[in-house]
Amino acid sequence: MTTETLPERSTSESAIGVHVKGYVERVRGGELGALPAVFGLVVLCVVFSVLRPAFLSPVNFANLFTQGAAVTVIAMGLIFVLLLGEIDLSAGFASGVCAAVLAVLLTNEGWPWYAAVGASMLTGAIIGTVLGTLVAKLGIPSFVVTLAAFLAFQGVLLLLVKGGTNISIRDETILAIANNNVPPVVSWVAVIAGVAAYAAIQFVKARRRSARGLVADPLILIIFRVAALAVIAGVAVYVLNLERSRNELIVSLKGVPIVVPVIVVLLLVWTFVLHRTRYGRHVYAVGGNAEASRRAGINVDGIRISAFVICSFMASIGGIIAASRANSVDPNTGGSDVLLFAVGAAVIGGTSLFGGKGRALDAVLGGAVVAVIQNGMGLMGYSAGVKYVVTGSVLLLAAGVDALSRKRAAATGRR
Amino acid sequence: MSQGPVLELRGIDKSFGPVQVLHDVAFSVYPGEVTALVGDNGAGKSTLVKCIGGIHPIDAGEYFFEGEKVQVNGPRDAAALGVEIVYQDLALCDNLDIVQNMFLGRERTSGLVLDEAMMEEMAAKTLAGLSVRTVKSLRQQVSSLSGGQRQTVAIAKAVLWNSKVVILDEPTAALGVAQTAQVLELVRRLADNGLAVVLISHNMNDVFAVSDRIAALYLGRMAAQVRTSDVTHSQVVELITSGRSGELGLRNGNGAAS
Repeated sequence: MTTETLPERSTSESAIGVHVKGYVERVRGGELGALPAVFGLVVLCVVFSVLRPAFLSPVNFANLFTQGAAVTVIAMGLIFVLLLGEIDLSAGFASGVCAAVLAVLLTNEGWPWYAAVGASMLTGAIIGTVLGTLVAKLGIPSFVVTLAAFLAFQGVLLLLVKGGTNISIRDETILAIANNNVPPVVSWVAVIAGVAAYAAIQFVKARRRSARGLVADPLILIIFRVAALAVIAGVAVYVLNLERSRNELIVSLKGVPIVVPVIVVLLLVWTFVLHRTRYGRHVYAVGGNAEASRRAGINVDGIRISAFVICSFMASIGGIIAASRANSVDPNTGGSDVLLFAVGAAVIGGTSLFGGKGRALDAVLGGAVVAVIQNGMGLMGYSAGVKYVVTGSVLLLAAGVDALSRKRAAATGRR
Repeated sequence: MSQGPVLELRGIDKSFGPVQVLHDVAFSVYPGEVTALVGDNGAGKSTLVKCIGGIHPIDAGEYFFEGEKVQVNGPRDAAALGVEIVYQDLALCDNLDIVQNMFLGRERTSGLVLDEAMMEEMAAKTLAGLSVRTVKSLRQQVSSLSGGQRQTVAIAKAVLWNSKVVILDEPTAALGVAQTAQVLELVRRLADNGLAVVLISHNMNDVFAVSDRIAALYLGRMAAQVRTSDVTHSQVVELITSGRSGELGLRNGNGAAS
């Protein structure tokens, strides 16, 4: 063969150096990954905490999670649709419809919470099945299908709440999701167990790979990753476990909000599905090259439909969280800015609008950025109008970064 | 040859609506040989290949594999027989890495979880078996590979499955001189490993460089199937452009198209 590079099977080179160099090369080549979101998050946090010291208080830190939870969960579902290069504009109102189903069953019909939650999630799954089938089988562009659904669901929501009344939710379990906290001891146990499990998985994986003679991550990199996770999780849990009540004699308020473990579990589940299962691989493949996937025997229509099902299903969970946080459901639940924030969260997190690129973690990172902007600007006393303009600009900026990094990737031969 | 054909088609007809693209086509492919499939644009090469690969159902005719008559109703049937097609547009996913592409649609799992280590090991073995030394890491995204490297990955993907027939649709069309030589060398090596290789090409130099047999299609009919050593460059060109060359080719000369 001709003289191109020989395979590098040796690990003699400074292992960490190779990884750092590889990462820098990828970033320069236009694969920014989580970099813009993390960078934006840090900058925003620094700016807001300088301008408004209250931003850094434990109360506000806990608020950030409950404020951003619904959007983050909806964004996580949207990522599946975005990975295929499709869009779901109806995810916001789908979450509203599912929340209304929950509220009507709980409050008006007196169903137990688990049955109502089940019915709400089932509603989400059915919505997704219908949307996905219209897109995959009839071939209507997803933009049009979900735009129509956006309008229709707005109407369904109005009908469900009987022309604009407000259905309040009184079920303790549902209210607990966004309003109660995990006992501090439990959260510490969970953090320690989680970090230990992560370390074990990373270590076993590296051992298995090197046993087979494959290139494995060096030990020092694994230690670094585990340490980073331990520090981030530890600091977050520590801060959330501080007393945040104004007067702790009347009521004690401390602990990790229950939405946090909900988001973490969803993040783990979808990350596992996307990166460790055959199904997830096929989602990426269809997003990368649908024709190639079809030829490889992948059921492309099935993958399309399932992505919409996951999206609407996650929207239903987002709707339940929103209902829990607002203590009620009204005609605007899941409306106005929810969808755009969710799409924005996914894109800001690093998911490409062109399909084939994105992770479940993007929703969390992007969701955090959106929540920080909303929260910080609120503290600064800006009106809703300014918040919308800024959030819209950030979304545009994120989409611009996405498009430019694609161009960059094309220019450096990475596409 | 001493060995019979591994794949043999007889009397294949194929129409798309009122347009008949293939007329009574016979085609044989032998193990350990490179069979070049040549023909002008619109002669039916791609259609024939898609019929072999099960993408298009055939209207009439018989499909024999290793001497037995078979029904091929879809790409999976063809793959199950051991027929793999490497398309001109390669059918690779840019956003996946080499290993992921090689196992696309046929991922190995242990339980529910993808067995990445095993797949990487098998991919490395296959590439080593083809003496491929041009890729730096198997975990490189395909988007970062050169044209020749992509072609190599696509071919390696096709032979990973102990396939018996590998069909290459213009593998060198978009490549430079050095990379073309590289790919042709790989094509030859496939045949030397005992595979039956079908090479579709417009480039006579490539055809004469690696093929053992040449099958020329002319307006949807098989003009001739000859040994490469028995014909000259200009005879093949005549077969492609007019369907006959001296004793060779279609009797009445015009393969009444559509």
